[in-house]
Amino acid sequence: MTETIIDMRNVRKAYKTGKVTFEALKGIDCQVKRGEFVGVVGPSGSGKSTLMNIMGCLDVPTSGEYKLEGKMVNSMTANQLADIRNRKVGFVFQAFNLLPYATAFENVEVPLLFAKVSGRKRRERVIELLTRVGLADKLGNRPTEMSGGEMQRVAIARALANEPDIILADEPTGNLDSKSGMAIVKLFDELHASGKTILIITHDANIAAHGERVIRIKDGLIETNGDLR
Amino acid sequence: MNLTMMYNLFIRDFRKQKKRITLTLVALAWGTMSIMLLLAFGEGLHRQMALNQRGLGNNIAVMWGGQTTKAFKGLGKGRPIRFQAEDPEYIAARIPEIKQIAGEYSRWGVKVQYKDQIVNEHITGIYPNFEDMRFHIPQMGGRMINQIDMEHRRRVAFLGWDLSERLFGEEDPIGKQILVNSTPFIVIGVMAEKMQMNSYEGMDENLLAMPSTTFKAIFGDPWLDDIVYQPHDPKDMPIIEKKLYEVLGAKYKFDPADDRTLQIWDVVSSQEEFTNIMIGIKMFLGIIGSLTLLIAGVGVANIMYVSIKERTREIGIKMAVGAKKKLILSQFLTEALMITFTGGAIGMTISYLLTEGFKRLPLSPDAADVVDFMGRPTVSFEIGFVVIAILGLMGLFSGLFPAMRAASVNPVESLRYE
Repeated sequence: MTETIIDMRNVRKAYKTGKVTFEALKGIDCQVKRGEFVGVVGPSGSGKSTLMNIMGCLDVPTSGEYKLEGKMVNSMTANQLADIRNRKVGFVFQAFNLLPYATAFENVEVPLLFAKVSGRKRRERVIELLTRVGLADKLGNRPTEMSGGEMQRVAIARALANEPDIILADEPTGNLDSKSGMAIVKLFDELHASGKTILIITHDANIAAHGERVIRIKDGLIETNGDLR
Repeated sequence: MNLTMMYNLFIRDFRKQKKRITLTLVALAWGTMSIMLLLAFGEGLHRQMALNQRGLGNNIAVMWGGQTTKAFKGLGKGRPIRFQAEDPEYIAARIPEIKQIAGEYSRWGVKVQYKDQIVNEHITGIYPNFEDMRFHIPQMGGRMINQIDMEHRRRVAFLGWDLSERLFGEEDPIGKQILVNSTPFIVIGVMAEKMQMNSYEGMDENLLAMPSTTFKAIFGDPWLDDIVYQPHDPKDMPIIEKKLYEVLGAKYKFDPADDRTLQIWDVVSSQEEFTNIMIGIKMFLGIIGSLTLLIAGVGVANIMYVSIKERTREIGIKMAVGAKKKLILSQFLTEALMITFTGGAIGMTISYLLTEGFKRLPLSPDAADVVDFMGRPTVSFEIGFVVIAILGLMGLFSGLFPAMRAASVNPVESLRYE
């Protein structure tokens, strides 16, 4: 029996804008086991991204319990959450979210700097990561000098920097043409094969089908919590 | 965050808001210059005034006789106290705290003549130690009154530089004969020019001094006009004052508690007062300068707010990959300090070059007179330190609030897909 790495019980998230309260998540129960590859699908505004932000400790639930690797996230301080984002979770965004003024090398270096990895080790690690995503020859390129697929590969290298257990990807292929999109999905498959736990939010049924299981979300609730195939 | 990255950020910001940052740097440099130059002006003024203050004498006090206001030992009040020629030695023998002491005779409106030049002048009868106590320092080629002049009651005269010029013009006065009250005197020296801010018996530039023994022999004054003394340690002034009342009270039979019997002008303590006034002036100048710099500080805060607004996404990205609030805070604080100190360094360099340049500037005689009085702006180590401290404080304050805003950016909001 593999360990449950993500464990959510009745998680709710409400946003207040003025007097109006909007409930993005209305009581999510969700478990993910270590090493799983999960696709998350659902219409726009269904709460997929909010779920992912909470899973990645970028946001905290309004109520409910969230345990990450058996530890309660609800009661953690801002600094502890920052540490989790730095070491335990890697984010990949639709809009890449690279630092525009920094080179591929520097972008991948950022999480290592925050983790206080020493200079030489940092350098070796960055080169290793960029080689792994096939960008060994683009270390000095800035985002403006790269294609969308290349930028997303830099983002994946950055997500892997501190060897997190979980990779959270929010529409990673949304801004890419289908060919580079498929290359990215192939990269996720490889990561999965190497033992990483992967959650991918996507609109694309083909990509979701790469997952061992598909979670379908609608109106802040889980509609189907597909079983392990 | 490593430094190269910090520097890259700064440069990128600079490119993006070139005009705004340039203007702020100008404002910072200008503010720094205004503080620096005002303080430098204050420092120059202080140094010059202190120098001029010393024109009167070297840590001295001057004492005159007064009047009794209390009856004492059967003697009535209203009795004048006057000093006799032997009193300086009498006092020196009884008050060991005194290093040097001298009696002084003084007389106004005495006819002084050289050839057909006739002037009415103030003359004094003094001791050789006036050279040190009252800065009666002779110009090259002449000398001050000495002990032998005193013993032999020689008819020799030591002239103030202005009097000398009025009598002799371009001529060399040393060794020339003049008539003082129709008695022939030989000029032995002319006082070196000095800046004198205060006086008690006319300005030294116009005096004619002779040995006090000669003065007494010619004019027959029974009383000294005043006594000048100098302590070993200026801190002993109050003790000496107290002892003077006791010693002279015993001699002239007055109550030592009767403080109208002696009038003592302690130049040292009035110098302390002067120092306090100068500190007040410098603080005033510093505050005016700081207010100018404050405006530049508002500029820095403004730039930081704009820059943070444009960089919320960047802040969000950093937070998403594990940056703590403290780190974001220090990043923006460092940036504010970098801008502040860059502007400050420009201002300090310009101020320093200006003051150094002014020191080397050749001056017209009229301007030189002003400088003799006001001094030349001087940048001291302390001024540099004060300005750097003010800049640091201001950089911190103008950076703190924008940086706090940056640290409170919500990463979810800032990363929401555009």
